[in-house]
Amino acid sequence: MSEIALSARGLYKSFGSLVVASDIELTLPAGARYALIGPNGAGKTTLINLMTGMLRPDAGRIALDGADITALPPEQRVKRGLVRTFQINALFPHLTALESVTLAVCERTRAVRTWWRKVSAYRHEIDEAYDILAALSLTAVCHRPTRELAYGQQRLLEIALAMATRPKVLLLDEPAAGVPREDSAELFNAIAGLSREITVLFIEHDMELVFRFASRVIVLVGGRVLVEGTPHEIASDPQVRAVYLGRAMGKIAHG
Amino acid sequence: MTDQALAAPRDYLQAQIRWQWGEVAFWLATLLPFVLTPSYLVLASQIAITALFALSLDLILGFCGIVSLGHAAYFGVGAYTAGLLSKWGFGEPLSGLVLAALAAGIFGYLTSFIIARFRHLALIMLTLGLALLLQEIANSASWLTGGSDGLQGIHTWPIFGRFRFDLYGYTAYGYSLALLFVVFLVARRLIHSPFGLALRGIRENATRMPAIGAATRGHIRTIYTIAAAIAGIAGALLAQTTETVSLEVSGFQRSADVLVMLILGGTGRLYGGLIGAAVYMIARDQFSGLNPQYWYFWIGLILIAVVMLLPKGILGGLSLLTPRAKEKP
Amino acid sequence: MPPVFGVLFDGLAYGMLLFLLSVGLSVTLGMMNFVNLAHCSFAMLGGYVTVTLMNALGWPFLATLPVAFVAAAAASVVLEDVFFRRFYRASDLEQCLLTIGVVFVSIAAAAYIYGTDQQPLQLPAYLRGSFVFAGLNFAAYRLFLIAVAVLITIALIAGIEATRFGAQVRAAVNNQRMARGLGINVDMLFAITFALGSGLAGLGGALAVAMVGLDPSFAFTYLIYVLIVVSVGGLGSIAGSFAAAMVLGVSDIAGKYYVPAMGSVLIYLVMIVLLMWRPLGLFGRR
Repeated sequence: MSEIALSARGLYKSFGSLVVASDIELTLPAGARYALIGPNGAGKTTLINLMTGMLRPDAGRIALDGADITALPPEQRVKRGLVRTFQINALFPHLTALESVTLAVCERTRAVRTWWRKVSAYRHEIDEAYDILAALSLTAVCHRPTRELAYGQQRLLEIALAMATRPKVLLLDEPAAGVPREDSAELFNAIAGLSREITVLFIEHDMELVFRFASRVIVLVGGRVLVEGTPHEIASDPQVRAVYLGRAMGKIAHG
Repeated sequence: MTDQALAAPRDYLQAQIRWQWGEVAFWLATLLPFVLTPSYLVLASQIAITALFALSLDLILGFCGIVSLGHAAYFGVGAYTAGLLSKWGFGEPLSGLVLAALAAGIFGYLTSFIIARFRHLALIMLTLGLALLLQEIANSASWLTGGSDGLQGIHTWPIFGRFRFDLYGYTAYGYSLALLFVVFLVARRLIHSPFGLALRGIRENATRMPAIGAATRGHIRTIYTIAAAIAGIAGALLAQTTETVSLEVSGFQRSADVLVMLILGGTGRLYGGLIGAAVYMIARDQFSGLNPQYWYFWIGLILIAVVMLLPKGILGGLSLLTPRAKEKP
Repeated sequence: MPPVFGVLFDGLAYGMLLFLLSVGLSVTLGMMNFVNLAHCSFAMLGGYVTVTLMNALGWPFLATLPVAFVAAAAASVVLEDVFFRRFYRASDLEQCLLTIGVVFVSIAAAAYIYGTDQQPLQLPAYLRGSFVFAGLNFAAYRLFLIAVAVLITIALIAGIEATRFGAQVRAAVNNQRMARGLGINVDMLFAITFALGSGLAGLGGALAVAMVGLDPSFAFTYLIYVLIVVSVGGLGSIAGSFAAAMVLGVSDIAGKYYVPAMGSVLIYLVMIVLLMWRPLGLFGRR
């Protein structure tokens, strides 16, 4: 078992003349809680797409647990433990919450290979799905179709789907996006409750989350890593202030 | 977590897929033509065959979201396989079915590698192109297929050596209905399996599937092969019961017709194709005196109306009327 | 002179016709992603307008062409407003089915009004016959067709590249959301483009009568070819439609001349292979 859970070396990606990622170096130690911040259009989601395999880099290498995964397709990376959630919900509208999570579990256990046994016969998978939903307080609505769930519940379901794959490295793309303050307590608890065996990198604009959960912050601007450091170092870094934080940081520092 | 609470989710899922009285009634009703309308048994067998074909399309379209304008290609492969086998002297129906399913399945498997890689317009065009290509090849290879004259010399042996194909259609309908039911049971089982759940996942959000570790293309290839094999069985049934095979078995008209039937009945519910086929073909039979042009005028209007007003088809409309009815078949 | 030049000439003329029939669909597909399978119904309408004006009302051939254009454009405006507009965000399947329904209705209507026979068309004397040049026979009508198509292509390119309207069309095809954000009224733009594209199809249909004939099955038969051109050429690309139409036109004529036993097998094979190599079309971008 490597101490470095996820690493990226020299990642480069361009679309014609538009460079979305340039010379990205990233090292996530096992069990770490890192935050990725940056202004809109900085390339944060692009970086996640590159690491999960939805985009192919023009140059650079990505390693998961020491093994090079640059050439692996997305589903293979998930099977090895590199999982992400989506900033805009990517759920299954007509499947119920329980069905969705059960599907994810069945994919992991390869139960999907069988087509002659009913889903309801797969006790372990269903139970596991139910437990995951319970940990996120979604059991009350587990039999409702996803499209009928409240937005905050859907964001939690996003995380539930990721958890069903038993990730080793979890990339959360703005988990609290669009969730009103009142409903985000559940979300915060879910993130706080993530096992220390899981390495987490999350993209966030919400500075409160960043300060609460991240041990280290990476700042991405224009597809490049501007600077990296602890939340307080970043908060007081003049470059970062100039580019991005400004008022928001001022509020946190004084509040 | 007590055992009682845990038992709930499993039971709920189990209850979802129990046979409902409506289904039992439906299958009992399919036996009625034997008693009530024996003069229509030939039509009934045609309906059963078309219903089977529609079922196979539902598996890829309704449950997996693959829009195919050329599904008749596999129907045609099955029809020609069974037809040729009989013409060359081996008219045993059940083995003809097996070989037809195999041939169509193999063709489906090979083409699935192409199909699984594409979406949207490219996918639609590829399905259409493959079917047209097959039809052209069948046309050109008239030494084998009989070309536009059709395949001659098919003679189907009695089933199990005992049930001869009679003029009234008793054997034909019994044979087709039995096969429809058996395949339906298999399809039903498949839909309610974890694999079936994965297919619905692909339909609901194909982008999310790789992100939960799903081998999406592999799943698509599998269901496409199965659907092709079933379409092949339907084609073989047609060849065996009517003892003819003409070029239009893999034509665009057939692909379009089955698509209309499926939409009419409602996709993704297994019974939609069956009901749509029945409604469409009974109606067509009733209006068979009409010039075929006028038929397509009304079908066109109905299609527009269905898409605009009742996008989930007849079954969808019914489920709106009965909100308590469970959604799944 | 080897027959290959004759085949090329005929292929070129046929390709030009296919281009006229297809370009409208390519641009509107690229802009709105609306799968309009009824596109060739507008072409068929143009053909029947020309035939009716000439045979029933005695109009001269050339005079019927602008009317065919306008009639098809007008019909498309009505259909777009009443039906199609609600389906721009619908699934591929729904769009296919809706427009297939329109095709069915149009074919049945044509059969009802005109019957299923080929429509006779008497070309004016100056468009009949052929010129002999360097030992080759050049049919006058095909020359005319090529000339008209070239003029229209130039007009299209000039319109797209040099006018403000054209720039807006290019922007909307490239990135609809961005175009809206820049204040371009994409919906109006699309309605106009849709009308223009359908009008061109109508014109193509009118021109097609003397070359490939006209009967109610036109809407389906040529739909297949148009779809091949559009998907191979690339959505939203005029150059792509042109290239694909040329390739398809020449291959079809060449195939039927040199290997008639293969029929249309060549076309479908070429399309399948090209689509697999470039699923977004030769010039496609999305």
